[in-house]
Amino acid sequence: MKKTTSVTHAVEAIPQEASIMIGGFMGVGTPEHLIDEMVRQHKGGLTVIANDTARPGVGIGKLIDARLVKHVTASHIGTNPETQRQMIAEELTVELVPQGTLVEQIRCGGFGLGGVLTPTAVGTLAAEGKRILEIEGKQFLLELPLKADFALIKAQQCDYFGNLQYRLTAQNFNPVMAMAAATVFVEAVELVPVGCIAPDDVHTPGTLVDYIVKTGVAA
Amino acid sequence: MNGKQLIARRVAREIQPGSLVNLGIGLPTMVAQYVPEEDNVFFQSENGIIGSGGLPDGMENTSLSDAGGGMIGALPGAAAFDSAFSFGLIRGGHLDMTVLGGLQVDSQGRLANWIIPGERVPGMGGAMDLVTSARKVIVAMIHTAKGTAKIVEKLNLPMTSDRRVDLIITELAVIRPSEQGLILEEVAPGVNAAQVQDQTEAKLIVSDSVTTMELKPT
Repeated sequence: MKKTTSVTHAVEAIPQEASIMIGGFMGVGTPEHLIDEMVRQHKGGLTVIANDTARPGVGIGKLIDARLVKHVTASHIGTNPETQRQMIAEELTVELVPQGTLVEQIRCGGFGLGGVLTPTAVGTLAAEGKRILEIEGKQFLLELPLKADFALIKAQQCDYFGNLQYRLTAQNFNPVMAMAAATVFVEAVELVPVGCIAPDDVHTPGTLVDYIVKTGVAA
Repeated sequence: MNGKQLIARRVAREIQPGSLVNLGIGLPTMVAQYVPEEDNVFFQSENGIIGSGGLPDGMENTSLSDAGGGMIGALPGAAAFDSAFSFGLIRGGHLDMTVLGGLQVDSQGRLANWIIPGERVPGMGGAMDLVTSARKVIVAMIHTAKGTAKIVEKLNLPMTSDRRVDLIITELAVIRPSEQGLILEEVAPGVNAAQVQDQTEAKLIVSDSVTTMELKPT
């Protein structure tokens, strides 16, 4: 049986200065209970890989508000003025990556690939320092895999084996991140008995999930 | 009708029935309201859905938002997917059209819309993927930034992609970037070519057949 754990215990297993992938898009599909507990336990010096930093007070924005993040790799920080302020004040560093490239780098990390070739960003500021390869007359950037120590994943349903089903646009980066981190924590809206999610409806197989975080909501 | 509505109504005329279209945040989002339902246009939101639609009051779902994080609805026949698939649709050439806002476009038709170094650093989000790989790219923007030209000879902001955009639509004109330069094809009602050039830093090539913009009905 998959290990279920409390939010408190889950976050205790994360050291200071960890590298963490966090699912979500502007907070939609972000595991808020885990984030809240990260703030409560004051896990600082984090390297965060995520699509964005949401807004102050929302999702990853809470980690930014609490000044727990030293580096962010994201595609967009425009909706969070506090991230921009800390970046300008050199309290944290930001690497901006095109969204389609970011998700492919994470996919490469999780799928055992040495990198991916993308036409996106060729000739732009975002291509600086990256190798260009010409394939059949067209230029591509070589983008390298991304991995992390931990992934914080949000699912709609999770069974006690850790099989996951996501919902609508709350899916976003969650399934690729569940492949790319050494230890995977899942927070689900509903924790359901094994068998409740039909095999065809499982988006992420439970074998990828290390800990199921109980948030007090069970179906 | 204000300038933004005029732009949205002109852009809407470019959208083909049954096509897959991605609308950027802000002004481009307004285009959807001028696309008739019977055209069966599919709108993609790059955070993971095809078939996004207007939101009936009180029907917010915390698991469904647009690329700006705003709550949306999904139409019957909608499909949801993860970000890897969503950008596969974009890079893979499956997206018929994208409409984006712009900070600058230059005489080669290259767009800058993701960063003002030292001033505003929002990030590119999905814009670089969209501009590089959508089959058709339309820049929908107010013609100047409070009087400062946005259609310029050479970009002085970092570009979004080295791809030449297909069409620039403003409240004054429709301009088609080409190998030869920027071709002025249409002017807004009550505007002439000289007035457009006056608000444009880049030299415009005035097409022999400049017409007055036709707009999608409201």
